[in-house]
Amino acid sequence: MDDGRFRREISLTVNGTPRTATVEERYSLADFLRHVLGLTGTHLGCEHGVCGACTVLVNGDAVRGCLMLAVQAEGSEVTTIEGLAAPDGTLSPLQQAFMDNHGLQCGFCTPGILTTLTAFLRDNPNATEPEVREALSGNICRCTGYDTIVRAAMSVVRGGAA
Amino acid sequence: MTGRVFVGQRVKRLEDPDLLTGKGRFVDDLRLPGMVECAFVRSPFAHARVGAIDVSGARAVPGVIAVYTADDLPSVMRGKRILLQVPSPAITYPVTQRPLATDEVCFVGEAVAVVVADSRHAAEDGADRVIVDWQPLDAIANCEAALKPGAPRAHLGHPDNIAARQHFAYGDIDAAFRKATHTFRERYDVHRGTGHPMECRGVAAVFDAVSEGFRIWSSTQTPHNTQRAVVDMFDMAEDHVRVITPDVGGGFGPKNQVYPEELVVPALARLLGRPVKWVEDRREHFLTTTQERDQVWDVTIAVDADAKILGLKGSLIHDAGAYLPWGAIMPYISASTLPGPYVVPAFKFEAITAFTNLTPTTPLRGAGRPQAVFAMERLMDLVARELELDPAEVRRRNLIPADAMPYNMGLTYRDGAAVIYDSGDYPKAQAMALDKAGYHDFPARQKAALAEGRHIGIGIGNYVEGTGLGPFEGATIRILTNGRVAIYTGAPPAGQAHRTTLAQICADELGVTPDMVDVVMGDTGAMPRGAGTYASRIVVVAGSSVRIASREVVGKLKALAAARFKVDPESLEVLDGKVRITGTQGDEVSFADLAKMVSGMPGFVLPPGVAADLEASSYFAPAQATYSNGSHVAEVEVDAETGLVTILNYVVVHDCGTVVNPMLVDGQVQGGVAHGVGNAILERMVFDAEGNPLTTTFADYLMPTAEIVPDCKIVHMESPTPLNPLGAKGAGEGGTIPAPAAIIAAVEDALKPFSIRIAEAPISPERIVTLIAEAKEQP
Repeated sequence: MDDGRFRREISLTVNGTPRTATVEERYSLADFLRHVLGLTGTHLGCEHGVCGACTVLVNGDAVRGCLMLAVQAEGSEVTTIEGLAAPDGTLSPLQQAFMDNHGLQCGFCTPGILTTLTAFLRDNPNATEPEVREALSGNICRCTGYDTIVRAAMSVVRGGAA
Repeated sequence: MTGRVFVGQRVKRLEDPDLLTGKGRFVDDLRLPGMVECAFVRSPFAHARVGAIDVSGARAVPGVIAVYTADDLPSVMRGKRILLQVPSPAITYPVTQRPLATDEVCFVGEAVAVVVADSRHAAEDGADRVIVDWQPLDAIANCEAALKPGAPRAHLGHPDNIAARQHFAYGDIDAAFRKATHTFRERYDVHRGTGHPMECRGVAAVFDAVSEGFRIWSSTQTPHNTQRAVVDMFDMAEDHVRVITPDVGGGFGPKNQVYPEELVVPALARLLGRPVKWVEDRREHFLTTTQERDQVWDVTIAVDADAKILGLKGSLIHDAGAYLPWGAIMPYISASTLPGPYVVPAFKFEAITAFTNLTPTTPLRGAGRPQAVFAMERLMDLVARELELDPAEVRRRNLIPADAMPYNMGLTYRDGAAVIYDSGDYPKAQAMALDKAGYHDFPARQKAALAEGRHIGIGIGNYVEGTGLGPFEGATIRILTNGRVAIYTGAPPAGQAHRTTLAQICADELGVTPDMVDVVMGDTGAMPRGAGTYASRIVVVAGSSVRIASREVVGKLKALAAARFKVDPESLEVLDGKVRITGTQGDEVSFADLAKMVSGMPGFVLPPGVAADLEASSYFAPAQATYSNGSHVAEVEVDAETGLVTILNYVVVHDCGTVVNPMLVDGQVQGGVAHGVGNAILERMVFDAEGNPLTTTFADYLMPTAEIVPDCKIVHMESPTPLNPLGAKGAGEGGTIPAPAAIIAAVEDALKPFSIRIAEAPISPERIVTLIAEAKEQP
């Protein structure tokens, strides 16, 4: 379609499934996931890289989906909130800890917080509470006041598996 | 007779499984066939005449489908403004926004045109190409300056900037001040921030040409208000306008308003005959979503030789911003909250609401109360300092004693009823908070810290909060033929977990577990009347309706089962989704079978005296507000060189009557305190002198983060209210209300060696350093 809008086909793996799609070059990775692939679990809170709601894992690293272009994810492995639970639907230990510790209220920032902490706890399985708070400092949650989120993360540290 | 009791338990949330796995459904997640998106053309000036609008460039942008100005909207909308939600005779100029501005814009961000395209990206490209002949006018960007003679007028159509005047008085104020041993006068400045739910606003709409009806999805706290506004704007019958609230990603007050986009998007859907969606971005949120807290207070307190309050008088100026979507409620609440938990024998106050060319203001978590509590608690600290008394002792001498409950404090509340504090033990709340905070050992801690060169301080914030307002919030309880129980209620949640709490209340009555209860909320098609989620009212009002209606359904279940078993209904009990004869093993019938019996089966004859439905509705209408209360104590450390404030300890004693789910109330309190931390030391919406917003990203406007917000020690007192069947009072805002007062008192206490006074909120590190420098220059 030649209407003056620049598009490109990209191929990547999302939550373990190979995907190929055409996307406008200016689309952020988050816009691509939401609008092209229909994975609406990734949320946009500020679109300027501060709030962290759109965080997804790209090749295992926590990345702001609003600051990365979709075309930059060509060939990558992307994990979103939809890909954190086991294929049979069993919640990950971190997801379960959020449920057990009241780690969410409205749930809008939660996908970005879960992806951020999933990567952090994988790399820092013995994290201390101040380290968890530092890891969380790039995610804004207006509802909870963070305490229960930190508690959920620390329960995973003590339990030994994110 | 019921089974387990769930009210009072830390029941896990029914909401969580979907939200934890990306299956939440927020407005922006809606994808309807043929749906198009839109972007608004907004004023770059705080005040301007709107001249010609040239949309031709926008129409040429690839992907753009249509461009509309006010003149292009359906004729029924012509000349109309959005329905004023809370009218009051005190309002001198009840002006609300138009769906799209016509000849004059009054704040930066006010929309004059809208571009529809096949993607939001293309719509924004189009919006950039719309050329508006703006003719800038003088703007007023400060509510105090707005009242000065010769100030620029915020609206050309109004002769001055006064939006409302309200007066409050009781007791003999002149006599009180004549008797006073000491009087102290102070000025307090509280600045505006906003709610900043992580989900911005959003609205989607479909117009069905066959039924001539709208279906509108909005990220709102009040779908019924949106419905009322749409009905008013389009002159339609109510049952042709269905407003549905999907998952809402936080509200905090500003989503309780009806916004222009909620009228324009339906209009576009009707004009284009296809689904239309608009989702606010964060920049638009900074510009257009309502804000609150700019107030200037001038208060004088009269006390006797023992520091007992004799009277309070003064005035406040409240910044309305450019419009009054929610009337002039906040200054009313502010003035009537000022006396708070204290015995104040005489009171005289004036509240003036001033228009400015800034973003409109409406209630934001606390709704006028954080300012009042800040003023009152700072006055208590001022009296303590001047009379060389302990701040806690000054408060103790003035707190309303528990045996004075119910206490008529002398004023009329916003609901028109006398302010009668219904229950609570304020002295005990403060005493518990002080104990928990180690207040009595604090002087030793402070001295030891100072010896190490560390400045630590402690501060107290007491408050009373009117919650659980009427007029009503209804609930319908229905037994479904699958044996499950359904609750229908009007007001939607925005993270508070209404589904869980209402299911707990229902489950107790019906003898089921909460997971057997389905809760349908925020859909005007499912519940014809509703008010909304605001004023910390849902458990109080909707929760009471659930209890009342559930009991009625139990009666219907028993009547039907009694007819079937040919026994007295009194001999029956409900348990585990069945009705059974009390004490027997065999005779029982499931809810599902009972529901099927009355589902309209041909040939089945209803037994005499049995209703044809297994449902009941209640619209609980409380006679007056319930008054929650609490005491906060903050301990902070201040770096006197950088002005950085670290919160070392934070204690909350919180009394919201009966606690339905302590886990959820803890969450509300902790989250509320986080917002209060923002209001105390971080969040300030800054405008320049021309009304241009300067803090329009989260890099400029600082939100509380995990490293800043303390882990609160929360203690619940439960003083059930006699005013509703649950004994519950509101819990959603109490965390925020006294937090700036307590934290800033602690900062001032920490900086005692520098003798600074803090009479403003928020206080930034920069400002702290400035105050210290100024104090050092004083002889």
